[in-house]
Amino acid sequence: MTNSINEILETDVILVIGSNTTEAHPVTGYRIRQAVQNGKKLIVADPRKIELVKYADLWLRHRPGTDIALLNGLAHVILRDDLWDKQFVAERSEGFEEFKKTVAKYTPERVAEITGVEAGLIEQAARMYGKAEKATIIYAMGITQHASGTHNVMAVANLAILTGNVGRPGTGVDPLRGQNNVQGACDMGCLPNYYPSYQPVDDPHVQSNFERFWQAKLPQEVGLTVTEMTDAARQGKIKCMYIMGENPVLSDPDGNRVVEALQALEFLVVQDIFLTETAQLAEVVLPAVTFAEKNGTFTNTERRIQLVRKAIDTTSSAKPDWQIIIELAQKMGHFWQYPGGPEQIMEEIARCAPLYGGISHHRLEKGGIHWPCPTPGHPGTAYLHADGFARGKGKFHSVEHVPPAEEPDEEYPLLLITGRMLYHFHTGTMSRRSHLEELRSEELAMMHPQDAEAYGIKDKDRIVVESRRGKVTTRVQVTDFVPPGSIFMTFHFKETPTNVLTIASTDPICKIPELKVCAVKIRVPFPGQARRHPESFSCH
Amino acid sequence: MCVVEVKGARKLMAACATPVSDGMEVLTESDRVINARREILRLLIANHDLRCLTCERNGDCRLQDYCYRYKVEDTPYKGEVIEYPIDTNNPFFIRDYSKCIRCGKCVTVCAEINGAYVYDFMHRGFETKVTSAYDDTLQETTCTFCGMCVNVCPVAALVEKSTLWAGRPWEIKKVTTTCPYCGVGCQLKLKVKDNRIIGVAADRSGPNLGDLCSKGQFGWDYVHSPDRLTDPLVKRNGKFIKVSWDEALNYVAARFKDILNEWGGRAFAGLSSAKCTNEENYLFQKFMRSILQTNNIDHCARL
Ligand code: SF4
Ligand code: SF4
Ligand code: SF4
Repeated sequence: MTNSINEILETDVILVIGSNTTEAHPVTGYRIRQAVQNGKKLIVADPRKIELVKYADLWLRHRPGTDIALLNGLAHVILRDDLWDKQFVAERSEGFEEFKKTVAKYTPERVAEITGVEAGLIEQAARMYGKAEKATIIYAMGITQHASGTHNVMAVANLAILTGNVGRPGTGVDPLRGQNNVQGACDMGCLPNYYPSYQPVDDPHVQSNFERFWQAKLPQEVGLTVTEMTDAARQGKIKCMYIMGENPVLSDPDGNRVVEALQALEFLVVQDIFLTETAQLAEVVLPAVTFAEKNGTFTNTERRIQLVRKAIDTTSSAKPDWQIIIELAQKMGHFWQYPGGPEQIMEEIARCAPLYGGISHHRLEKGGIHWPCPTPGHPGTAYLHADGFARGKGKFHSVEHVPPAEEPDEEYPLLLITGRMLYHFHTGTMSRRSHLEELRSEELAMMHPQDAEAYGIKDKDRIVVESRRGKVTTRVQVTDFVPPGSIFMTFHFKETPTNVLTIASTDPICKIPELKVCAVKIRVPFPGQARRHPESFSCH
Repeated sequence: MCVVEVKGARKLMAACATPVSDGMEVLTESDRVINARREILRLLIANHDLRCLTCERNGDCRLQDYCYRYKVEDTPYKGEVIEYPIDTNNPFFIRDYSKCIRCGKCVTVCAEINGAYVYDFMHRGFETKVTSAYDDTLQETTCTFCGMCVNVCPVAALVEKSTLWAGRPWEIKKVTTTCPYCGVGCQLKLKVKDNRIIGVAADRSGPNLGDLCSKGQFGWDYVHSPDRLTDPLVKRNGKFIKVSWDEALNYVAARFKDILNEWGGRAFAGLSSAKCTNEENYLFQKFMRSILQTNNIDHCARL
């Protein structure tokens, strides 16, 4: 996030796009709702009838996969009606002329055609956002998990730059990170192209610095992303994987291919707290401990680094992940010594990751600190870009609407949208072993009443959902939460491994798989139920 | 309890409902105020289940605190006491309205922070009860089980089931930490007794300002799940066998070395975890890069 969570209360207009905030990030959802209660304006752009729609001033129900068209359409109206921040654009941005040309094509009428949102509504939303003194855009996986994810994010940023909603409290562009420490894992360089603090691995200067710092020879070329790893393993190019605390069999797209890939390996080591579906495929499983049994830090979605404190001792022989890695390094013959534990590891991080330069456990005892925090005396940075962008000026990126990689057709007439729900989390390894399971213990695929009727399906009926890649069985909840022509499922339940259906086609730039949408067909196991032929209604 | 004396005003005023004005003189602990508060306390305990001996909030109860502070030992108002059945219907907390002091804090937090509007005041006067519409079980309401009402309740009217008979308040250690679920990074206090987590209390220091959702408040019991892995496992003939750490790590190190010698760093790939700490993620990528000689490192951020 460029700004911090509680700044939501200070803003005038909130645009939420592709984020079911009240379910995926509940406390942020509370803040949005509180802001509305205090008279702030809310625009929700989402194909799903999410909880926030109840509080919204405007709801743009655009078709899944048409975010860019919608965002460009908003920019079009803001330019046309002269609601943009000319001074900000002149002083602090570049690429404006080209951007202007691109969005000129996105008239409300054309955008209405692509997105299914009425032109009048697009104009209203543009004026509401454009006229605001302070406006913020909140988005999540609904924006990034598309084949065009990177462009979606750029289209969001364009809108903020155009209206000067950057670098002040209560403004900004705020992506919500799904898992608790996604931000931290990226900051720490658990990415194929970056060392800690986003220092590129293919910059020879950076590389030689790290070679000196770690006293080791380092590989030259940029590594593979998670989806590329799957392919490389299937082709036999990758022989060995070491997986710490992840369950790609359920969380990654096209689950059957992931299983094939892991089975093709010569050697698989999995380190986790439970024998997950992924761990079952391993040759060696190393038992780790939970957050309550170790010290360390997590970095939240607003870049705030906070302490994790050990509350209880482990009662078995399981060990914290950091200790396992150190012992493994020693067994490999390397002299790794961290007698001071996580506190000492953070000291090392501070020395090689400039964004964390001023961070120490000692300082964090007094409360979390937002990075960038370059020196021990630096107070941290609650909102970014106060006096300029990281790369000098904010760049407009001209991005165009591209249809999703797989659209519904005659054979697979429905659009599958995936996401999370309130009571469970990710692949359910943790939440499903708690009392939360009593609130909800199975998948319920959501279907619009209109579709349900066409298929002759009633609430709680069992159906088979099938894509080009696999099929799963699930029960149905009939609800207008989803638009007609699509169904919504989560990936929390291993009995219904939704990701065997999804598609591994990835965003060409940052390689995020298109988890959000793919085409499916459904079958009713008791054929007598169906009253109308499924192909007889269309969807967009 | 928020009555104060305003110089010049005839009646005592409710502090929470009286706007300040210029030159206003407010006395918060005058004799009149103290007497009024003692009277209120006497009325409150007249209709309160006073089995403090075994109450979960004994020693951590605002009603006890104020009675102690204003030396209220008993009540002259002996009369009818309403006994309500305890509602144990939801999986997470009990509702024992014989202990409710009708402060309305649960009503406010549920409406103003969560937005669920589950509770309200029912009936009037002596019969007043703070509850859900028609006294429904919470599963039948819009409740999202965020537990914030439990955390703000000053007495033992709303109590986590997991803490019932699990320890006296002064035996419970509270450890402030970060929620392991989503990226909001809420701060919370784990309640610990005898090396077991028994519940969660609010902590106001983080971005959540004390607010939580159902996952942070009630999603912790996987820590004590019997399914937890306890020993390193090695697969032999398709079956997992428990082995010692030494054996497991020696074996992994030997296999890593063989593969590294034969194929080089390109044959490795590592997935680290968005659920692990920064320190662990740092060591993981350092291990993959400097020892296994590969940049094939990723995690599920993209997912
Ligand atoms: S648990 Fe949360 S939603 Fe439910 S009644 Fe309490 S405050 Fe309201
Ligand atoms: S917070 Fe507790 S004491 Fe106060 S009204 Fe609610 S249940 Fe009663
Ligand atoms: S308590 Fe809920 S909102 Fe807060 S970090 Fe945990 S899961 Fe996220």
